[in-house]
Amino acid sequence: MSIAAKEAGARQESDVVLRYLRPHVKFPNMWCPGCGNGVVATSLIRAIDKLGLDRDNVVLVSGIGCSSRMPVYLDFQALHTTHGRALAFATGVKFSRPDLKVIVITGDGDSLSIGGNHLIHACRRNIDITTILINNYIYGMTGGQISPTTPPGAHATTTPYGSAEKPFEACDLAKGAGATFIARTTVYHTTQMDRLMMEAIQHKGFSLVEVISNCHTYYGRLNRLGQATALLRMFQEKASVQDKGTNMVDDRTKDMIPTGIIHRDSEKTELCDEYQKLIDSLAKGKPA
Amino acid sequence: MGKDEDSKFLIITGNQALALGAKLCRVQVISAYPITPQSPVTETLSHYVESGQLKAEYVNVESEHSALSVCIGASTAGARAFTATSANGLAYMCEVIHWAAGARLPIVMGCVNRAMAAPWNVLNDQQDSMSQRDAGWIQIFCRNNQEVLDTAIQAFKIAETVYAPVMVCYDGYLLSHTVMPVEAPTQEQVDAFLPPYRPHTILDPENPKNINQVTLANPRLDERGVMCHGYMELRFLLEEALESARDTIVAVGKEYEEAFGRSCGGMLWEYRAEDAEVILVAAGSLASEASMAVDALRETGIAAGVVGVRVYRPFPKEELREALRDARLVLVFDKSLSYGNEGPICTDLKAALYGSESMPPVQGHIAGLGGRDIKAREIEAATRKALQNLEAGITTKPTEWLNCHI
Repeated sequence: MSIAAKEAGARQESDVVLRYLRPHVKFPNMWCPGCGNGVVATSLIRAIDKLGLDRDNVVLVSGIGCSSRMPVYLDFQALHTTHGRALAFATGVKFSRPDLKVIVITGDGDSLSIGGNHLIHACRRNIDITTILINNYIYGMTGGQISPTTPPGAHATTTPYGSAEKPFEACDLAKGAGATFIARTTVYHTTQMDRLMMEAIQHKGFSLVEVISNCHTYYGRLNRLGQATALLRMFQEKASVQDKGTNMVDDRTKDMIPTGIIHRDSEKTELCDEYQKLIDSLAKGKPA
Repeated sequence: MGKDEDSKFLIITGNQALALGAKLCRVQVISAYPITPQSPVTETLSHYVESGQLKAEYVNVESEHSALSVCIGASTAGARAFTATSANGLAYMCEVIHWAAGARLPIVMGCVNRAMAAPWNVLNDQQDSMSQRDAGWIQIFCRNNQEVLDTAIQAFKIAETVYAPVMVCYDGYLLSHTVMPVEAPTQEQVDAFLPPYRPHTILDPENPKNINQVTLANPRLDERGVMCHGYMELRFLLEEALESARDTIVAVGKEYEEAFGRSCGGMLWEYRAEDAEVILVAAGSLASEASMAVDALRETGIAAGVVGVRVYRPFPKEELREALRDARLVLVFDKSLSYGNEGPICTDLKAALYGSESMPPVQGHIAGLGGRDIKAREIEAATRKALQNLEAGITTKPTEWLNCHI
C-alpha cells in the first residue's frame, strides 16, 4: 500500500471515530494525556461501526472511575450508575430490553473490588452483556490507591512501601464464575483489541474483554515505570499474542501477559433466552 | 491553661488534620476505601503506618461496607478503630452504620461532607451525614481545620465514655482540601488527655461470648437463667447514651480547653449572639461564612449574631432554646434537605422551640447544594429580606432556596 493510501485510510478511520464522539458538548475529556482509556474508546467505536450496529440500540453502562467516564464522551445511549454496580443496572436494562446491545465499561477498582459480587453473578447467569474491563492496576480517579489487581510489591498511595496483597486475575475469575467469552489484550495491541471487541459484542452470553492499560500518572510514576510510551513498550514486550483459539498457554509465570481469546463456550444457554422460554411455557399453561 | 511550648503550628488541609488527629489518638486499626474528597485522609494514615510513625493495622478493603465492617470487628476485639468516607461511600456503609451504633462500639469516622448522587457531584453539601442522622451516631460538625484535629481527639474520648460511635463531619474541599494553620498538640499531651480504649465487651477466646445474637420482642432468660434485655430495652439504652452524651461532649470540650488552650464550643458555638435580635443558624463552614454576614449587618445597625450547630446528634435542644430566647427572628441555613419537607436543622430547631416561652419566627433556607458557592453577602441579603418580611407582618414563609436559578 502506498503512503498516500495509508494516510487516506488513517483519515477515514479517524472520521469514523469522530462520528461517534460528542466533541462539542463533552470535550475536553478528563483523562490524562496518553491515557489508555482513549485507545479503548476508539477501538470500541471501530468495533461497533464495523459490526454495523445502530448506535441508538447500543447502551453503554458505567460506574465510577476514570474508565467509567467513557460513556460521557461516546455518542451512544449512556447510563451512569453507582460505583461498582454498573453490571447490576445493566442487567436490568438487558432483562427489560433484550433487543438492545448492552456494553459495560469498567475498571479494575470498579468491577473487581466494590463491584466484584456483581461481576461474578453476571458471569454465573451468562446474561448477554459485554463487559470491557480496563485494568490499569490502580485507582486513578481518586489518586492512586491500591486496587485488587495491583501486583505484589507494587507501590500505591495506600501502599507507599509496596503491596503485600495477592491480586485478582480478572479473566480467571470470570471463567470460574461462568462467563462464556473471555479475552485479554493490551492498549498496545489495537488491531487485536478491535477484533476481540467485535467477537465479544457478537457473542451471545456474558463476554469479558480485559484490556491491560497504562496509568502512567499514578501507577507508572509511583513505580518508576516511566511515561505512557514506556508502559506501552512494556506491554509490547510482555504480551504473548496467542489468539489462536481457546487453548492458550498460560505463561504468566514468566511475567508475560497472555493475550487473545482465553475461553469461549457457545453451548451454555443465555439468561434472557432461558427466561423467555420459561415465560412462553407458563403462558401456554405447561410447566417448563 | 496548659498551652504547651512544644506544640507546633502546621499549614495543613482538613484531611491531613483528621489523619494527624487519628495518629495522635494512637488508633490501632484503620480501614478505608478511596472516595473523593476523603481519600487523602487514609493516604496520609497509610503513610504514617508504613513509615513506622504509627503502630497500627491498615486494612485495604474492597468497599466502604467492608471498611466499616473491619472497624466493627476490630473494635469488638478491643482495638481503637478509625475510618473515613464521603457521600456515596457513607451511603454504602448504611447497614453497618446502624450496626456500629447498635453494638455500642466507639468507632470514630471522618465524614468529609459531599453531595449525594444522582446526578454525580463530588462537591460539598451535607446531605450525606444528614441522611444518617437517625442511626445512633454522635455527629459533630467542624468549622475549620483546627477544629477537625481537635474534634478528632475529643471524638475518641466522647465515644469511649458513652460507648457510641462518633462521626466527625467537615465540608469537602472547603476544608478537606484547603490549607490552614493548625496548631498540633504533642503526643504526650494527647496521651495525657486520652486514656487507652477499654472495650465494654470483648471477643476473647479465653472467655467465649455470643455477641449481638438475635433478640426477640420481649426480655428473655438466657441459658444460665439470667433475664436479658429485649431489643427495645437495648435501643432505649442507646438513646439514653446519646442523650447523656450532651454532658460528656461539653465536659470533654472543657477538659480539652484546659489541656490545650483551645475550644471548639460545646454543643453550639456563638458569634456576637449575646445581644442579637436576628440569629443565623447553620453547621460547619457555612456557619463561619455567616459570621462575616453578621459583621456586615452589624455595620448597618442590625443586631445580628450566629449560633453554630456544632453537635447535630444528639440535637442541642435545650441549648438552642436558651441561645434563641431573646431573638426576634431566626434564619436557618441548611446544606441538605429532607425532600418533601425542609432542611433537617430547620425542622429540628422548630421542634426544639415548640412550647418554649418565646417562639421566634424561623425562616428556613436551602443553600450550597452540590458545591454551589455561598457568599457572605448572599447570606446578608437573605437576612435583610427576612427582616423586611417580618416588618410587613409575614412570619411564615416557605423555605427559600439561596442562589438557585430556577
